[in-house]
Amino acid sequence: MNTSEPLSPGDQASAPQAAPKPGAAGHSRRVFLFKLSLLLNGAVGAVLAVPLVGYLLGPALKKSSKENAWISLGDVGNFPEGETRLVNFRNPMTTPWDGQTGDIPCWVRHISGGDFQVFAINCAHLGCPVRWFAQSRLFLCPCHGGAYYEDGSRASGPPERGLFVYDHKIVSGTLMISAGKLPTLAAHNCNKKRLTQIEMNPQSASAATEALKPIEGADPRKTSWPA
Amino acid sequence: MASLKQRSLELYNWFEQRLGLGAPTIEAAEHEVPASTSSWWYVFGSGATVILLLQVVTGILLALVYAPSAEHAWSSLEFLDHSVRLGWFLRAVHGWGSDFMVAIVLIHLAQVFLFGAYKYPRELTWIVGVFLLLLTLGMAFTGQVLRFDQDAYWGLGIGASIVSRVPVIGGPLVDLMLGGPIIAGPTLSRFFALHVFVIPGILLALVGVHLLMVLRLGINEWPMPGRLVNKKTYVQEYHKLAKETGIPFVPDAAWKDAVFAAAVMLAVMACALWFGPFGPTGQPDPTIIETAPKPDFAFLWIYAVLAYLPPNLETPVLFIAPVLGIGAMLLLPLVSGEGEKHWSRRPVAVLMITIIAVTLGTFTRLGTYTPWSPVMNAWTSDPIPPAGLKDHTPLEREGALVLQNKQCRNCHSIYGAGGMRGPALDAVASRMTEDQIIRQVLQGGGNMPAYGNALSPAETKALVRFLLTLRGGDLSPAIDASKKVAASSVESTSPLSPSQSSPGTP
Repeated sequence: MNTSEPLSPGDQASAPQAAPKPGAAGHSRRVFLFKLSLLLNGAVGAVLAVPLVGYLLGPALKKSSKENAWISLGDVGNFPEGETRLVNFRNPMTTPWDGQTGDIPCWVRHISGGDFQVFAINCAHLGCPVRWFAQSRLFLCPCHGGAYYEDGSRASGPPERGLFVYDHKIVSGTLMISAGKLPTLAAHNCNKKRLTQIEMNPQSASAATEALKPIEGADPRKTSWPA
Repeated sequence: MASLKQRSLELYNWFEQRLGLGAPTIEAAEHEVPASTSSWWYVFGSGATVILLLQVVTGILLALVYAPSAEHAWSSLEFLDHSVRLGWFLRAVHGWGSDFMVAIVLIHLAQVFLFGAYKYPRELTWIVGVFLLLLTLGMAFTGQVLRFDQDAYWGLGIGASIVSRVPVIGGPLVDLMLGGPIIAGPTLSRFFALHVFVIPGILLALVGVHLLMVLRLGINEWPMPGRLVNKKTYVQEYHKLAKETGIPFVPDAAWKDAVFAAAVMLAVMACALWFGPFGPTGQPDPTIIETAPKPDFAFLWIYAVLAYLPPNLETPVLFIAPVLGIGAMLLLPLVSGEGEKHWSRRPVAVLMITIIAVTLGTFTRLGTYTPWSPVMNAWTSDPIPPAGLKDHTPLEREGALVLQNKQCRNCHSIYGAGGMRGPALDAVASRMTEDQIIRQVLQGGGNMPAYGNALSPAETKALVRFLLTLRGGDLSPAIDASKKVAASSVESTSPLSPSQSSPGTP
C-alpha cells in the first residue's frame, strides 16, 4: 500500500484549465438545460408515482363486494335450540401464509326453529374477543369489560352499540353466513346495515344506523363503581 | 515499537487524506461546552442514542432467525427462545432495550423541557425531538406486533378498531393498516416493513439531524434564574459563556455520558438475564378466545384511558386529544421561544410535568391490574367461604349458590375475592334496601347489565335473600326513608290507601 502519494487539491484543479471560460450565453443555455432536466425528472417521477401509490393504496381501493362471501358453518342440527355456541370458520379470503390467523371464530345463537343470530367475536368497543357466559346469559369482553345480552344488544361498559352480526341464511339444512372482513365500526358491511345492532325497539334500531352516537337512555353510567 | 506506531499513523493518514472525516470528527468531539453542562442531568440524550444502537444491533441479529410470516412468526420466536444458542438472551435484551429506550427518551424530554432547552435558538432541535419520541413509540408498538402472539393479534384488533373510528376514511385506513380484509399474513408483513425499514430509517436520519443541531447550536447551558433568553443577544452571550467557562466536550464532559451509557447497558443486560424475554404469549390463533389481551408497558396507560372514557366521548377524545397534545408540543418552542429557562421561575412547566407524570403513572398502574375488567373465571375459582354461610337459612344458602352460578363474582368481590368492576358486595344490604336490590338485579343500570332474563323468580328471591345478609359484619340494614314517612303519615292522617313505596332508586 502506497501511503505517501500526494493528493493535493491543486492537482485536480489543474486538469480542466484548458477549457475556455464559460461565456454568459453558454451559461444561460446550461441553466436552461438544467431546468429542463429538472422538469423531465419531475415528469418521470410523477409517472412513476402512479403505480407506486397505486400499489401502496391497493388494499384500500379493493371493491368491498369482493370481501364478503357466503360460507357454511355446518349443519343446522349442530346448534341446539336455545343455546349459543362458538364456531370456527376459515375466512373466505386468505393467503397461503396466513396460518392460524385465517381461522375466525363466531358465536351462533339458535333462538328457535329457523331463527338464528350469528355474532362476530370482536367486541364493538375495540375488537377484543367476547366470551359467552351461559348462566348469566351475557357476552363479556376481557379487555375493558364491555357486556352484551344474549341477543347481542349492549348491556353495559364502554361499547357504543351491540355486537356485530353476520348476515345468515339456511340453505338445505346448512347454516351459511356472509363473512370475510374484520368487523369494525367502519367496515363496509356495517354501513350497509349487515352487521347492525339487533333491532329490538325503534330506539336501538336508530342507534344501529348511527353507530357512533351513544344510545340514549340505555347508558346509565352515572352511578359509580370503584375507579 | 516505534515503527508500529509510525505505521499505524501512516495508515490513518492514508485514509484521512482520502476520507477527510478524522479532523472534523476530532474537532466536533473536542468542541468547547460550558463547564456547567458537564452534569449528570445531561446524560439522557446520549443514553438514548446508545440504546438505539443496541436496538439496531440486537434487531439485526434477531432478524437473522425471525420469520416475518403470520404462519411461522410465533414458532420462530419459540425457536429463538429454546433452540438457538443465546437466542432468548438476544430477545430479552431487545425487549428490555425497548422499554429502557422509551423510558430514557421520556426522561430526556422532561429534562430538556424543565431546563428550557427548547427556547431560542434550539426550537427545531425540540421539534425534531418530538418526532423522535413519536418514532420511538412507533417502534415500540410495531415491535410488539412482531412478537406475533395473542397480545399482538388482539392489539392489532384494538388498533384497527381505533382507526375504524376515523370519520369518512376510517374504512380504507383499516384496509391500509391490515393490508387485507382481516388481521393475517399481509398485516404482519407490513408491520415488519415498518419496524425494520421505514421507522428505523427515519429515526436514524432524524437522530443525525438532532445531533447535528446540538453540535451546531451548542448544548443548552445550565439555566440560571433571571438569565432570560433574548433572540438579539442570546447567541453572543452563549459564545461568551462557552469561551469563559468552556471545557472540551471530550473528554471533560463526555465521561459522564459514557458512564451513564455503560450503566444503562448493564441495567438492560441485568433485566434481560434476570427477567428473560417478553413472551411470546399464546399462539396468534383467534379461535383461542380464552385470553385477556394487554399492550406492552408503554401503552398500558392508553389501554386504561380507553376503559374509563364515557362511550360518547371516546371517539372525539381518541382523535382530538392526540392532535392537541402533539400540536402543543410542536408549537411550544415557537410560542415560548424566549424568556426564563430556570424551572424555579416556571411553576406552570413544573406543574405540567408533575401532573402528566402522575397521570401517566396512575393510568399505567391501573393498566397493570385492569380493575374495570370482569374476572373471566371468578365463578369457577372462588367459592363462598363456609364462614360466610354460617347460620344461614336454606333459602339464603341457595342464594349464595345463585351468586356463584350466575357469575356475579366476575364483577363483584365478596369476602375479598372476585372482580373489581362493580362494587364489593360485603356490605350491600347496608347501602340498599330489599326493593332497591331487586330492582338493581333485574333491571341493571349504573354500568351493570340487567339480569331479569337470566334469573327465574325463585332464583331472584334466593339471591336477594342472601344479599340481604351481607351487612359488612354488623352494620344496620338500609332503610327506605320514604316508606317510613308514608307509614307514619298513614298512622297520623288518612286511613285511605297508603301510597305504595316506590321500589325504584331515589
